Amino acid sequence: MNTGRKLSLTIAAVAALGMVATSALADKMYGPGVTDTSIKIGNTNPYSGPAAAYSAIGKSIAAYFDKINKENGGVNGRMIEFISLDDGYSPPKTKEQTRKLVEQDNVLLVFQGLGTPTNSAVHNYMNQKKVPQLFVATGATKWGDPENYPWTMGWQPSYQTEGKLFGAYIMENVKDPKVAILYQNDDYGKDYVTGLRDYLGDKADSIIVAEESYEVTDPTINSQMIKLKDSGANVFYNVSTPKFAAQAIKKFRELNWDAVFLNNSVSNSVGAVYKPAGLDNSKGIISLQYFQDNTDPSIFDTEPYKKWKAFMTEYYPDGDLSSSFTVYGYLVAQTLEQVLKQAGDNLTRENVMKEAANLDLELDMMLPGVKIQTSPTDFFPIEAMMPIEFDGEKFVPIGKVVSVN
Amino acid sequence: MDLFLQQILTGLANGAIYACLALAVVMIYQAIDHFNFAQGEMAMFSTYICWAMIAGGLPYWVAFFATIIISFVGGLAIERIIFKPLHSAPVLSHVVVFIGLVAIFNSTAGAIWDHTIKTFPSPFPDGSFAGLIGLHEIGMFFVTLIMLLGIFGFFRFTRIGMAMQAAAANPDSAGLVGIRVGWMLALGWGLAAAIGAVAGMMIAPIVFLDPNMMLGILLYGFASAIVGGISSPGGAVAGGFLVGIIENLAGTYIPAIGSELKLTVALILIVTVLLFKPNGLFGKTIVTRV
Repeated sequence: MNTGRKLSLTIAAVAALGMVATSALADKMYGPGVTDTSIKIGNTNPYSGPAAAYSAIGKSIAAYFDKINKENGGVNGRMIEFISLDDGYSPPKTKEQTRKLVEQDNVLLVFQGLGTPTNSAVHNYMNQKKVPQLFVATGATKWGDPENYPWTMGWQPSYQTEGKLFGAYIMENVKDPKVAILYQNDDYGKDYVTGLRDYLGDKADSIIVAEESYEVTDPTINSQMIKLKDSGANVFYNVSTPKFAAQAIKKFRELNWDAVFLNNSVSNSVGAVYKPAGLDNSKGIISLQYFQDNTDPSIFDTEPYKKWKAFMTEYYPDGDLSSSFTVYGYLVAQTLEQVLKQAGDNLTRENVMKEAANLDLELDMMLPGVKIQTSPTDFFPIEAMMPIEFDGEKFVPIGKVVSVN
Repeated sequence: MDLFLQQILTGLANGAIYACLALAVVMIYQAIDHFNFAQGEMAMFSTYICWAMIAGGLPYWVAFFATIIISFVGGLAIERIIFKPLHSAPVLSHVVVFIGLVAIFNSTAGAIWDHTIKTFPSPFPDGSFAGLIGLHEIGMFFVTLIMLLGIFGFFRFTRIGMAMQAAAANPDSAGLVGIRVGWMLALGWGLAAAIGAVAGMMIAPIVFLDPNMMLGILLYGFASAIVGGISSPGGAVAGGFLVGIIENLAGTYIPAIGSELKLTVALILIVTVLLFKPNGLFGKTIVTRV
């Protein structure tokens, strides 16, 4: 009898407590890692290993969160606790570190994990656990698949998106286009080709006059270049990694091929591609970009640049002012800030994903006209880019932003 | 017609690349009776040494010959330090060490000189012959021929060259007639490394210098050596040009092959030649008494 009463009392007490708890949380819903004063955000970055150069992104994100913690008291009164772990760009390590973030540190979400193979290693895990894998730092197309992977979202334009945008550029700027394509025979190369084909639609087969692939084991791509030129194309669409891109540029000039040279952003680097290929040879190459070139002196006097530079000097003084990674980190961190702002006091994992898929945002170091837009069916935040031309020293914007939104 | 001519000449240019490395492959095979899978990576590493010397301010030809000497000594050292203790170990142990060397050279080069591509200077003038074939490729063709003549003369007319062949073909008998078999092996390693260094320095201006430069090229080098005849330096060079031309023509004119299966063509050539003419098109038949 005694025991029975004790039990019923306990039940009543628990029920009462439960009611108190529900009423207190009526307007505040918290997922794991969230309290009234803090939000835990996880991240993996290659602070060591072959891809360590990319870790400038992780460091600038951390610096940006320092800034909003210090200047704004975090987001909606909650400090951001950014836990960034080293995965050395090694997929098994990423798995281990992500597990640690989710199961031990109890983060609300994992943000900006860096690399395609590394994110692939935890893609299924994150979706099974229903933990947001937000704005991953890779250009693969598979991150924008809300139907099968509703907990994963990319950020930068995917290879396919960029392919589509090149299609838009060609249709708007080249009269009577005939396109010849050089691509790497793997997912990355094919994504770019698919994007272009998708955009051209029915006309793809008549506009694309030649397609040649290469394997990473090929010593040179000279034979392919000769065939491509022989097709009589007036547009050369180059989807190759830095070494082959440099070879392609050299051969393109050697063959005196009179065509518009479109270069994918994978190889759009002065130091790694245009310099080895010869700066003179690289003149006139057109590529696409979505944020401001922080090495271009003509923007040094603009407000956005000054704001970014002030941020760098105060919060990331060791950071490289000429590296695009630091701008990238600055912009992507602001995107997450916006998602958390929009989520307000409803900081469950479900609601974070809902708000991530409900963005319409303009950031000031982005190129004018490039917006971050998502919807429940559109998990590709950036789908507009600005055509830029390499003038032998730097990139010059040409024409207007192309978009597939 | 224009396309045909251009593909042939590009094939020859690529062939020169394969032939260069095939010579190194033949050299080591003559000396140790095995393929050395690390041959390509050793050549790549030598090329980096030359690049570093040029970047440090040395004139091209000084760096060129210094690299050849350093590579020769390096090859010699590898044999004395690593392979001498393994002398009577089974072939598989050697293969494992070869693969280990591949990894060591590749990652060391990456760690010292990082993975971005570097331009490597050519000793020949810029430009091309009628827009069809680069002057560097033509120069490389002659360098290959000079090396070939040198190797041919070495094996044919020098005592030490003949002693080396004897040591590889029949170590026991060679030892009995007074040849120092161990040192012959080391010498073979040194010469192969030196030839590889020349190959690397000739190839790098075309494909750019990076740690993975030789990855694919070595496969083609093997194919060339086998097609031409692993025992014949001349055959290996001819094999290199053949592989280069066949690969390009098949890739251009046989739609089923295209660019996607170009490497496969080289591999099919290896298998076909091994099936029907195991000593290669130009190799001599070796008869073993049982």
